[in-house]
Amino acid sequence: MTYLPHTDEDRRAMLAAVGVESIEALFEAVPEQYRFPPLDLPEALSEMEVMAELQGLQAANASAQDYAIFLGAGAYHHFVPSAINHILLRGEFYTAYTPYQPEMSQGTLQAVFEYQSMLAALTGMEAANASHYDGATSLAEAITVAVNEARGKRRKIILSPAINPQYRQVVRTYMQGQDIKFVGDKGRADISDLLDMLDDSTAMLTVAYPNFFGQIDDFKGLAERVHAAGALLTVVADPIALGLFKSPGELGADMVVGEGQPLGIPLSFGGPYLGYFACKKALVRRIAGRIVGETKDNRGQRAFVMTLRPREQDIRREKATSNICTNQGLMALSACIYLALMGKCGLRTVAELCYHKAHYAARQIDALPGYKVDFSKPFFKEFMVKCPSPVSEINAALLHDWGIVGGYDLGQDYPHLANTMLIAVTEMNTREEIDALVEALKEVAA
Amino acid sequence: MGDWKVPADLKYTESDEWVRVEGNEATTGITDYAQDQLNDIVFVELPEVGASLRKGDSYGVVESVKAASDMHIPLSGTVTAINGKLEDAPETVNSDPYGEGWFIKFTIADPAELGDLMDAAAYQKYCAERE
Repeated sequence: MTYLPHTDEDRRAMLAAVGVESIEALFEAVPEQYRFPPLDLPEALSEMEVMAELQGLQAANASAQDYAIFLGAGAYHHFVPSAINHILLRGEFYTAYTPYQPEMSQGTLQAVFEYQSMLAALTGMEAANASHYDGATSLAEAITVAVNEARGKRRKIILSPAINPQYRQVVRTYMQGQDIKFVGDKGRADISDLLDMLDDSTAMLTVAYPNFFGQIDDFKGLAERVHAAGALLTVVADPIALGLFKSPGELGADMVVGEGQPLGIPLSFGGPYLGYFACKKALVRRIAGRIVGETKDNRGQRAFVMTLRPREQDIRREKATSNICTNQGLMALSACIYLALMGKCGLRTVAELCYHKAHYAARQIDALPGYKVDFSKPFFKEFMVKCPSPVSEINAALLHDWGIVGGYDLGQDYPHLANTMLIAVTEMNTREEIDALVEALKEVAA
Repeated sequence: MGDWKVPADLKYTESDEWVRVEGNEATTGITDYAQDQLNDIVFVELPEVGASLRKGDSYGVVESVKAASDMHIPLSGTVTAINGKLEDAPETVNSDPYGEGWFIKFTIADPAELGDLMDAAAYQKYCAERE
């Protein structure tokens, strides 16, 4: 669609219609001294000068392009094939919105349909919506679904402490004022402790897969216990891990949510990201967002339609359950292109590279004096290392002396994990980078 | 137009629900006029058995290709049965609104409320006025 600005004639016609002389006259209600207040700005610069200044600022950042990065904890440095931007930036696609007259944008609807289909296949669910803002807000929407599925009679949500701490903060903010009780995540509860919290007021139990510490917990019998208590099981999953590990659907999950950033979306200093949301068919009437479906047009040709918007305000008014009336359409398109480019085998290869490189790094680091890797559970692309000194000090040395962005300081969120670093290794980390990290950690401890 | 079935033995509300009274129990659903206005019905959400409702309370939602509408209970009472068949076959509401397309059964809490409902003739007139 082309952007058509108003012409002077359009403006004159509109002003005449409202009976105002000029656009300035529209603003007469604003006291004159506030209409154009003087701004204390520096001298205007030429484009060339502005570019030089901004590039100087940009060069001051330690970006993943120039540094070896071992920081994950929810946002990951994965490869973004250049084909993604070539497709994403096409004028026909380049909007974050699903169009207001959706069926005229068949290409957008087809992309959303394919995104949903691939997410559903990846998570082992029957449906996926057209996305949310990020992983944390997707989890909040899952809580809304669970509480409504229980018709509001169950208002207790059990959260594993091994869910991303930021997600646990966001869902509390999101659900405030709704009399929802969050339990489970304030201490060191493991899966069996969480199961012991199930009762007839529990709407949902949530675990992470892999968990925030990179580990794969044993979920055997989990879904059965949760369902026997009449609650729903939601799994927060890293979509890259699902290229290698059993899908949450196979583990009996009712909803699978998470951060879609690893699927072809750059780190970009924290956003825009992508919340993916997938669920069993039985729950689709309760979910926020939109579902695009496939149909046939009046000539019998394959076509796509906006099939379901069960909880949006313009349709359900006071029965709406979410303020999400739009979504991360462009980011969902990135994920769609990424998954299509990778295919099943490609995604598995990415996951295997992450797995093997992370395990290589873990073994090398564990062999260093003063460092101890937690091998108590299987892990995917992140692992915990107990360090000989505070993580912040080690990270400062890594950054300044070695050009390495170190791992996440788990002591910030988990007091019992002081001096514990969460190291992420992806397919982007070369053997040389990993060896340099190992050497650097050794030097720092010496 | 104007050719909707309005069975003589039922009572009606202004929000286009019907109610069939049998002793202390009542059955309700939406009228032929309502299903015709809504067009193809694709989903019906019903309350739980045991739910206690006051006259006029919203007890569920009916979704058609055109709109999502609340359903209101015509009389105060406690839900004793729901029509589970509508979950898989919501189109029954279009084909047989007064029979197989019923929504809920409930016990009548206050028979005096029956006096507030329209009879068939009044409802027929009410529908015609809106055309």
